Amino acid sequence: MAIVTAPAKACVVNPLKMSQPIGGAFAFMGLRGAMPLLHGSQGCTSFGLTLFVRHFKEAVPLQTTAMSEVATVLGGYENLEQAILNISNRAKPKIIGICSTGVTETNGDDVDAYLKLIRSKHPQLAKLPLVYVSTPDFKGAFQDGWEKAVARIVEVLVEGPSANGLRDPSKVNVLPGCHLTPGDLDELRVIVEDFGLCPSFLPDLAGSLDGHIPDEFTPTTIGGIGVDEIASMGRAGWTIAIGAQMQRAAEVMQVKTGVPFRVFERLCGLCPNDEFMTFLSEISGRPIPLKYRRQRSQLADAMLDAHFHIGGRKVAIGAEPDRLFDLSGMLHDMGAQVTAAVTTTQSEVIERIKTKEVLIGDLEDLEGLAKTHRCDLLITHSHGRQAAARLKLPFYRTGFPMFDRLGAGHQLSVGYRGTRNLIFEITNLVIAHREENDQPTPDRWRTAAGLPRCSGYRSSTGAAGGAIG
Amino acid sequence: MSSLAARVQDVFDEPGCAKNGSKSEAERKNGCTKQLQPGSAAGGCAFDGAKVALQPFTDVAHLVHGPIACEGNSWDNRGAASSGSSLWRTSFTTDLSETDIVFGGEKRLCKAIKEIIDKCDPPAIFVYQTCIPAMIGDDINAVCKAASQRFAKPVIPINSPGFVGSKNLGNKLAGEALLDYVIGTQEPDYTTPYDVNLIGEYNLSGELWQVKPLLDELGVRILSCISGDGKYREVASSHRARAAMLVCSKSMINVARKMEQRYGIPFFEGSFYGIQDSSESLRQLARLLVERGAPTDLLERTEAVIAREEAWAWAAIKPYKPRFEGKKALLITGGVKSWSVVAALQEAGLELIGTSVKKSTRKDKERIKDLMGHDAHMIEDMTPREMYKMLKEAKADIMLSGGKSQFVALKAAMPWLDINQERCHAYMGYVGMVKLVEEIDKSLSSPMWEQLRRPAPWQALPKAMEQMQSPVAAIACDPALAETARRARKICVCNTVDLGTIEDAIYAHDLRSVAAVREHTNAVGGCCQRRIEGILVSEPSAMRQAGE
Repeated sequence: MAIVTAPAKACVVNPLKMSQPIGGAFAFMGLRGAMPLLHGSQGCTSFGLTLFVRHFKEAVPLQTTAMSEVATVLGGYENLEQAILNISNRAKPKIIGICSTGVTETNGDDVDAYLKLIRSKHPQLAKLPLVYVSTPDFKGAFQDGWEKAVARIVEVLVEGPSANGLRDPSKVNVLPGCHLTPGDLDELRVIVEDFGLCPSFLPDLAGSLDGHIPDEFTPTTIGGIGVDEIASMGRAGWTIAIGAQMQRAAEVMQVKTGVPFRVFERLCGLCPNDEFMTFLSEISGRPIPLKYRRQRSQLADAMLDAHFHIGGRKVAIGAEPDRLFDLSGMLHDMGAQVTAAVTTTQSEVIERIKTKEVLIGDLEDLEGLAKTHRCDLLITHSHGRQAAARLKLPFYRTGFPMFDRLGAGHQLSVGYRGTRNLIFEITNLVIAHREENDQPTPDRWRTAAGLPRCSGYRSSTGAAGGAIG
Repeated sequence: MSSLAARVQDVFDEPGCAKNGSKSEAERKNGCTKQLQPGSAAGGCAFDGAKVALQPFTDVAHLVHGPIACEGNSWDNRGAASSGSSLWRTSFTTDLSETDIVFGGEKRLCKAIKEIIDKCDPPAIFVYQTCIPAMIGDDINAVCKAASQRFAKPVIPINSPGFVGSKNLGNKLAGEALLDYVIGTQEPDYTTPYDVNLIGEYNLSGELWQVKPLLDELGVRILSCISGDGKYREVASSHRARAAMLVCSKSMINVARKMEQRYGIPFFEGSFYGIQDSSESLRQLARLLVERGAPTDLLERTEAVIAREEAWAWAAIKPYKPRFEGKKALLITGGVKSWSVVAALQEAGLELIGTSVKKSTRKDKERIKDLMGHDAHMIEDMTPREMYKMLKEAKADIMLSGGKSQFVALKAAMPWLDINQERCHAYMGYVGMVKLVEEIDKSLSSPMWEQLRRPAPWQALPKAMEQMQSPVAAIACDPALAETARRARKICVCNTVDLGTIEDAIYAHDLRSVAAVREHTNAVGGCCQRRIEGILVSEPSAMRQAGE
């Protein structure tokens, strides 16, 4: 059991956290023909937009109600109305997803009521789904925004059970957390399909932000799950939720449609995937395909090869709760010690992280912990680059944003194969770092007074400081 | 907030701005920011503008007073370069929570300031106001004033909450804060007659350092750069400069004009983008300094440097001319760059089929006309869809623009180059322009484009299926069939004797001459004599060899 500590300082230094509204908007980006809309000042949108564009290297649809100072005082009804009309006229979306921001939450805009009023005033919008989710900036984090938005999409767009109540057992709903990449979703789709099942992913970022070249230019999302497909999700045999954050959406689905669900908190590592495969085999009534028996064996072999390098290593991880839980679990299972763990927001899983203490904090905290505990591997998103350079640690980038490397959308961590690749990537970083920084010298192990010990990080525990003193 | 509203009005009424000067009284009152269209707006807010303008001050702690979105979503996102401190890349924010919003965030702000001073002890702290604390009435001016006194350290309020307007307005409000609280508060260690200020230059990708060697060579000292690679002490003492250059004309014109008013520092608007512009800017700088009392030999020395650099640059660009023959470029950018880059591209032999003039003044437009002739294709506003179409139909070979339209070009599988702030190459001064031409060449001549434009295999598939069904394909698959076909070739057209018959005869009777073949077959040996000779010297076919 980890102790969860909240910060005591007034000034956040080098934030780890991103805001809730863009997490909500991110969920809408996995819907086809969607236009996410932030109800707030135009900066709220432009910062988020830039962040997504830099992460995915893709055009990203995201609009704003462009609240001015005056509009903020008078209330945002007119801005919201104009924004919806403008978007529906120009971009012709299939759905508009609206997230509130700190500005409109502070002035108390009642968006649900606004939407009713807008619908009654503009009958041409009758068939355009408008999904609103409340996501104030001053509460929660990116992951919370996603969690709320997906739950809300299920609530609004999934149809209740039909009169004849027919279910299609071959249909499966997959509700992925925001810690999964488009590449992860593609991997999961193949796995589920290999069991003869037909998955519907909500949201499906693999359709929209996987970095492909569309035939046409569209101002909305260029792919993802369609509104019709979402509506029919109530006819599936099962819902698979990935990450604890998706429990809520899965519950909403069950309440509304009666579709039973199972939450997989982790899909990185050997045991979590064994469970996942077993489950798929059970619900499909098919044996686990040979391909995965082979992949499991490959993962086992990769773990054998990598444990020399990862075992015993002290890792500092900063990530959103579900990613932190998944990654730290995998590394713990490989024999690493998760010595510093920092996350962004409260979650039920963080107490179960295999470490002494989890801090809800920032990258300054992570850097400080990594330094005092002499960690030798740093894992967080791209903003950790300055800390990694200062600490001279091997640095594995994961999470959002990842703007200074390519391929953020295709980083894999799920499945036997994904775990295998991830283990190789991390291990190679560690090996490369050792080759560059920790070559043995004749004086390496000498302890005679006056001779400085090599401060290679493996042998540095208590030595570098001790020799100087 | 009334003082902020007054300040915004004051900033809008900018006599130094050519665009503002050409407006009617009523228009001027409306300010220079267009009313934002909800649902079709793009671009940053006033806070964004203020942060962008000041963040390149490298040794200052930039503290954002607001919820996580304002700073958490945006920090460390610019490629300004520093020659010293990296404190500007450290992010500080009060990360306001719901409780702060209910009870007010001033105490938290004050505590945050203290924490920063305890941890980093920077020469100054800039505190940025954002929408939410502005709404709930956090008085950052008062907090900053109290903190300045308590900690004996400049704590500067930057009052530019996002919802007051656009990014451009934010640039100007940031400038006002500098004028109010920073400029003129310290004295430089020493002054020279060659001291200049660069205003509105942000040293993105370290591009200022492409020009600085020339200034160094001339003995011109950059007393202060606002704000690229800037240091707090330098701005604070920038009022002692002899002349100033306004680099990015639209963003901080108020700073240049008010410094002229208050401290008598003359300024000019110039640019280091483009070869002639760089020369013109150096010339102007020298002229202003000489007018303010610098020795006159500076003018000659400047001309000498210009002549040398221009000769070098034109010579360096020349080899590209044949490579760029017939290539067309589309330039989508703002203001000065809409024409300053044009000359160099034309010199390199590129044809410009359009340049955007959305953010350009009338003067800018005249320059474009001069450069590109009367049929100049000036683009007022172009939707991404139109751009995409233009590129997809190959009306342009390359697009130069800012990051926002990047994917429009790339998804049309067309070369694209970033010439706005997010770019990772530096394009300033003479070396910069040569670098730009180099980059264009690299992009245009990449072998990748042709591969990308090839049809995918499945698009070529129908044709392939057709080929597979043809008799030629069947023969290719079946050796026996191929042999039959080969043997069926007519050798003697007159008496219709095929290859097979002749080969069999040669083999059976061990024939050595055309005459012998004629005896054993029906072949005439007249017009087909050459062909029969060919068969006599050739090896037996593979099938026959296999048979033996």
